[in-house]
Amino acid sequence: MVAIAVAVMRDLFAIVMLFGIYSLLTAGIFVSLDAVDVAFTEAAVGAGISTILILSTLALTSREEKKSTHSRFLPLLVVLVTGATLVYGTLDMPAFSDPQAPVHQHVAPRYLDQAQQETGVPNIVTAVLASYRSYDTMGEVTVIFTAGIAVMLLLSAFRHREDEAGNLNDLSHHPVLKYVARLMIPFILLFALYVQFHGDYGPGGGFQAGVIFAAGFILYGLVVGIDKTRSMFSDSVLRWLMASGLLLYIGVGVVTLLLGGEFLNYNVLAADQVKGQHWGIFLVELGVGITVTATMIAMFLAFSEVRRPE
Amino acid sequence: MISSHLPVLQVILPLIAAPLCVLLRRSSLLWLLSFSASLGAMVIAWLLLQQAGSSGVISYILGGWAAPWGIEYRIDTLNAYVLLIVTAISSVVLLAAKKSIEQEVPQQHWPMFYASYLLCLTGLLGITATADAFNVFVFLEISSLSSYALISLGRDRRALTASYQYLVMGTIGATFILIGIGLLYMLTGTLNMNDLAQRLPAVAQTKTMLSAFAFLFVGISLKLALFPLHLWLPNAYTYAPSIVSAFLAGTATKVAVYVLLRFIFTVFGADYAFSVLPLAEILMLLGVAAILFASLSAIYQDNIKRLFAYSSVAQLGYITLGISFLSVSGLSATLLHLFNHALMKAALFMALACLLYRQGGVKFSHVKGLGRQMPWTFMAIVIGGLSLVGVPLTVGFISKWYLILAAIEQGHFVLVAIILFGSLLALVYVWRIVEQGFFSASDDHTDVKEAPLSLLLPTWLLVLANIWFGIDTSLTVGVAEHTAHWLLELPAPVMPGATP
Repeated sequence: MVAIAVAVMRDLFAIVMLFGIYSLLTAGIFVSLDAVDVAFTEAAVGAGISTILILSTLALTSREEKKSTHSRFLPLLVVLVTGATLVYGTLDMPAFSDPQAPVHQHVAPRYLDQAQQETGVPNIVTAVLASYRSYDTMGEVTVIFTAGIAVMLLLSAFRHREDEAGNLNDLSHHPVLKYVARLMIPFILLFALYVQFHGDYGPGGGFQAGVIFAAGFILYGLVVGIDKTRSMFSDSVLRWLMASGLLLYIGVGVVTLLLGGEFLNYNVLAADQVKGQHWGIFLVELGVGITVTATMIAMFLAFSEVRRPE
Repeated sequence: MISSHLPVLQVILPLIAAPLCVLLRRSSLLWLLSFSASLGAMVIAWLLLQQAGSSGVISYILGGWAAPWGIEYRIDTLNAYVLLIVTAISSVVLLAAKKSIEQEVPQQHWPMFYASYLLCLTGLLGITATADAFNVFVFLEISSLSSYALISLGRDRRALTASYQYLVMGTIGATFILIGIGLLYMLTGTLNMNDLAQRLPAVAQTKTMLSAFAFLFVGISLKLALFPLHLWLPNAYTYAPSIVSAFLAGTATKVAVYVLLRFIFTVFGADYAFSVLPLAEILMLLGVAAILFASLSAIYQDNIKRLFAYSSVAQLGYITLGISFLSVSGLSATLLHLFNHALMKAALFMALACLLYRQGGVKFSHVKGLGRQMPWTFMAIVIGGLSLVGVPLTVGFISKWYLILAAIEQGHFVLVAIILFGSLLALVYVWRIVEQGFFSASDDHTDVKEAPLSLLLPTWLLVLANIWFGIDTSLTVGVAEHTAHWLLELPAPVMPGATP
């Protein structure tokens, strides 16, 4: 229902809000499917950060969608064909929650049975993300790093000069907002640290923690003033943070190479396998957290400092 | 010890250099770091090709977890060959990059420009080296995002629209690929390509597998700019900075072709892929359409960059046509043209970078009568153009030769005529440039000088490679024939230079 509303409506502001609701609903579905980690990410990224980023973009453009000049026939046809293929594909798929489905029979059982013993991490999702498929996660951090660079490259050309006062997103004249937000920010940051370092045991990890941490600073920027946040994070500080998180992740891999193991084989980091895994996962998650935090703040600042085209 | 880690170092080397670039400022340092990372990657690719040729498939398990639980890199002659193409083009292009970038890209963007370039290289190498289906998607995202950023840096404001257009099409493509991989995982419970190949035959009858294949095919075709899904390509290549056009034209679509080959032949298996869908007919028809329509469009362009971009779409038509024959000579033609077309287009786009450096534009009006002022640049365009046409003693001839051979083997004489007609069309559009350059008098450009040596040398390096590999074909034909046999599961001839 929400998705249909989004497709039909023309008021972009309302669409963004509906997207937030859509993400929260999706997160709810994920929870009911027992995928708590995914739900957590969806709520933090889909409903949280991306809503803020799209809103900052809206501040630069107009609120109403322009009438499309293209014919609507071709897109509709593509969507219908894609949808039909998807439905066709589901006709034969293994039944929902069937324990005999291939997904539950082949690779997953080893993760479920041995992850704790092999990696010492009770949260299997973290074990798979940060150890078994750690190389993919390194790729994902690189994707975020790339996205950050792309946004900074695109928007830095349009940045307004510092003497131009007045900010669109500045809410500092609302006293209630300001005090409530100021009360909340320390707890948001504390919660982010908890998510970062407790990812081994409960849902969470570097991605979610980074986003929440960044959200704290973004909230601060919104209520106290963008320039205050900017004075904490200059462009070069953000660049250093973004690069160092990624380099920390790759660096762990290089160290394992030098110690004689395969790339990102944490076992060689300590004499005891579980201890080595513990260190490896801790360090790469820290790298993820740093890069994600810095990239999110960099994106937010880049968006909010763009000159509004006359 | 190092030699056993080569597969991962191949990808990691440019990946480490990318964040380091963000921290540097000086143009010469940035260039030195990027160039040495790319050159190092090229040496590694060369060593890997030797290893794969002599001792067969090299497997490397990342994180020390055996596949399918962990992620595996598998290097065989097919992807080692593609790795070599990508790194070689990237290195030669970077050799010339410094001057061209200093002129075309604002100074504040240099660090991030080089970082994006290296990230794009990392992405392309990662896609090629991996044997894990999801890992393909992750690195595809890296290469796509960075190429959107690179294209948007063109001086023309239309570069932004071109980049956005590519972003929309590319994202649809990537999503389709992801859906396909997701469906495959649902069916088999694994993401490792080798493991998939073993487990897929058991579920070959399901509709889910058919739709997975359809999603993957369409998604990859979008990235490959297969006609009629090529609409993003001409704008992207036209408005991107010259260095980026040369790099992407030589590498990005080649890697997409590789992914298509990988999924058709080693994951789904040629028997499945060519029987559930009329794949041979689809590839043949679309290939022919690409050759004819894109070559015709190229003739009517007045921007030379756009002209060669349309020509690229046509050349991709030859490449897919080669796959459609499903024969050793057809696949050899495809593999040869991957290498040869990369050489031609990189050489041509580099020559255009020389023109752009002096003239600030590459429309026909910019090059009128320039043949006398910039003789070396124009000779490079002429030789590159002749190679595009397929004149003997150039690489273009070798790939056309194998393609025609494959068509004759199967009695498709109409296709032979179409391939020859395509060459004729190429001759027409190359001639238009020559005519403007040499036989059209203009008084406006008398004070224009030849391009600087740092741009000309790499351009001519590529031009000479066009001739060298047109005469000495032992490397390219050797690898291509070996790999074509291997893809079709026929007994492979021993690769030249390989020690048994």
